[in-house]
Amino acid sequence: MVIIYLLGSVAVVLTLFFSRNKQFVYSLLGLFLVWQGWFTFQACNHYGTTDSVYFTFDSLGILLLVTLSIISIPAAIHSYIYIENHYEPPRSRSIYLASLILLIMAISAGYLSNHIAVTWIFTEITTLSASALIYHHRNKLALEGTWKYVFICAISITFIFIGILFLSLSLQHTGSDNLSFSNLLARSGELNSTWLQMAFLFIFTGFTAKLGLVPMFTAGIDAKDTAPAPAGALLASVLMNLGFVGIFRFYIVIANTPLLHWARLVVGIAAFLSLFVATVYMMKVKNIKRMFAYSGIEHMGIVMLGVAAGGIGYYAAILHIILHAFVKSSLFFQYNQLYRVFQNKSITHIGNYFKYNPTGAMVLLLGFISSAAMPPSGLFVSEFLIFKSMFDAGQILLLIAVLLLLTMIIWAFGKNIFKVLFVPAEGFDDSNVVKPSPWESVSQFLLLATAVYLGLNPPPIFVQLIKDSITLLPQ
Amino acid sequence: MIHVLLIIFIITLFYMAIANRLMTYIKVLALQGVLLFFVVFIQLSEINPVNLTLILLETIVFKSLAVPIFLSYLLKRNNITREAEPFLPNFVSLVITTAIVVVNILIATVIEDDHLDKIFFVVALSTLFFGLYLIATRRKIITHVMGYMVIENGVFVLSLAIGNEMPLLVNLGIMLDIFASVLILGIFMNKIGDVFKDVDVDQLSNLKDY
Repeated sequence: MVIIYLLGSVAVVLTLFFSRNKQFVYSLLGLFLVWQGWFTFQACNHYGTTDSVYFTFDSLGILLLVTLSIISIPAAIHSYIYIENHYEPPRSRSIYLASLILLIMAISAGYLSNHIAVTWIFTEITTLSASALIYHHRNKLALEGTWKYVFICAISITFIFIGILFLSLSLQHTGSDNLSFSNLLARSGELNSTWLQMAFLFIFTGFTAKLGLVPMFTAGIDAKDTAPAPAGALLASVLMNLGFVGIFRFYIVIANTPLLHWARLVVGIAAFLSLFVATVYMMKVKNIKRMFAYSGIEHMGIVMLGVAAGGIGYYAAILHIILHAFVKSSLFFQYNQLYRVFQNKSITHIGNYFKYNPTGAMVLLLGFISSAAMPPSGLFVSEFLIFKSMFDAGQILLLIAVLLLLTMIIWAFGKNIFKVLFVPAEGFDDSNVVKPSPWESVSQFLLLATAVYLGLNPPPIFVQLIKDSITLLPQ
Repeated sequence: MIHVLLIIFIITLFYMAIANRLMTYIKVLALQGVLLFFVVFIQLSEINPVNLTLILLETIVFKSLAVPIFLSYLLKRNNITREAEPFLPNFVSLVITTAIVVVNILIATVIEDDHLDKIFFVVALSTLFFGLYLIATRRKIITHVMGYMVIENGVFVLSLAIGNEMPLLVNLGIMLDIFASVLILGIFMNKIGDVFKDVDVDQLSNLKDY
């Protein structure tokens, strides 16, 4: 079934790439959304089974796949609005939509793969499609962003590959050569620990380029800044989740070996440094799109702190990563309407957004509240649980440092957002301002509401799926 | 024999550390491709012949012919000056490269493993870190591309160490090699050279936070 899905998607991508007719292109986009929905439905129906050898519909994969499919609908709608407002030439429109679909397809397959090499291959494909999206504007800045992204991602996938080679060396001691996660888990007791340590270091470092952690977070920031906002929303939410899946599935293996304590230390250090870096950048950033991107770094830092702390932290980390995807993508979708009003992305040149677009301003306000994890935001629940897990793990000093950093981040984020919402921008001529339609914000409200609902009143099946995805970890 | 080839491979790194001209870098890359060709020929004796042919073709056609020719074409097309312009003097580069190799040898002596010929490990990791060093200390963007090619060669050496047991991984390595090189060189070829006239990393600093 996954093979059929992949073939169908590739067929859509190729047809899109070569067609120029407007109606035809958009109907293909709609067709793909239906196709994606069908695939998600089938995946849920076949929960727990393995398909085409290399793909398993397990709970983590299903959760993230559903998240992706939900977010891809507003992504398609906002891409349509974006393209129609920019008078794109037909060729550039086709390339944009084809890359968008290729990205969604590669992320879906990457979530479901049960073999580390297959995850790696689909991570490569996301690099390819994301670089086409980043280069969409074809100007000097876009080129710079694309070059940095491609180069750093190329190095990161090389790192993952080296990690896989070390992992296979580690596996040779058990007399097996099957690199699927289940086989690794079954033989986790016999793996050679030196090679496993090196494998973890390289694979972790490699996937941080997608996840957005120290050391390789920089490429993602430039990418989200230069890509069109609807594509940036995907890069800032579901693509980061792919990095999480890559690390998390391997972490499950290493957590069942005596190296658990060491791995926690590595993840914890990277997570804390990410929070620190995010704080430093959030204090001085003036580009609103990059501010959203740095906020993503902060959240990934919190997620990985939860993973490092263990216990209830595992549950909270997966909850957090799903809720964050909804919140962050809605902020990125809102960005385009903001840009249409002010024609600028520097916070010094935008302001008093409530006057020009009250509905959109509400999205920004609620998005800020959600992202800062204030109640009633769903992220409040997950962040609270992560702090609780750190408390349980006895990391009081670390927790205090994290809370201090978070306070600074919320202050910097709030200062900038309230400037955008209420303080008039100097020298802004509002005589012929564009008024975006309030209907464009509906999807963003829905995404934010989903995050609140899932956080405060999670349906039992949702809780059960998260619990299933962490059963393999030592509690 | 295989040890001799791999030691020559390490020596090429030292040569690269003190080379002044970009054409020298390209020639060293081609030489590394040829060395890898012979290493593959000797090392992967247990692999099936069709797969072996594929891997040999990749080393000789892609690594030692296509990439160097393409890189020298890029040099001419974009009128890139022939000096490598390192940030550090060559002597320091040589010392650091030596340090990289020595540290890797020390790490290798600590590891105990009968399944792996340690010289592969030393050569692979030295090449990897040397490539990263090359990227960090050279000013031109095209030297970054060359640094990446060096890293790829290092990874290829490592994949050869386990190639007999897991030929799949060698093939994956080749896939990565071709995919990433084509992507990077393609962008460089089409765009970077045209837009940024004097191709220098200092020009890639327009994406700012404010």
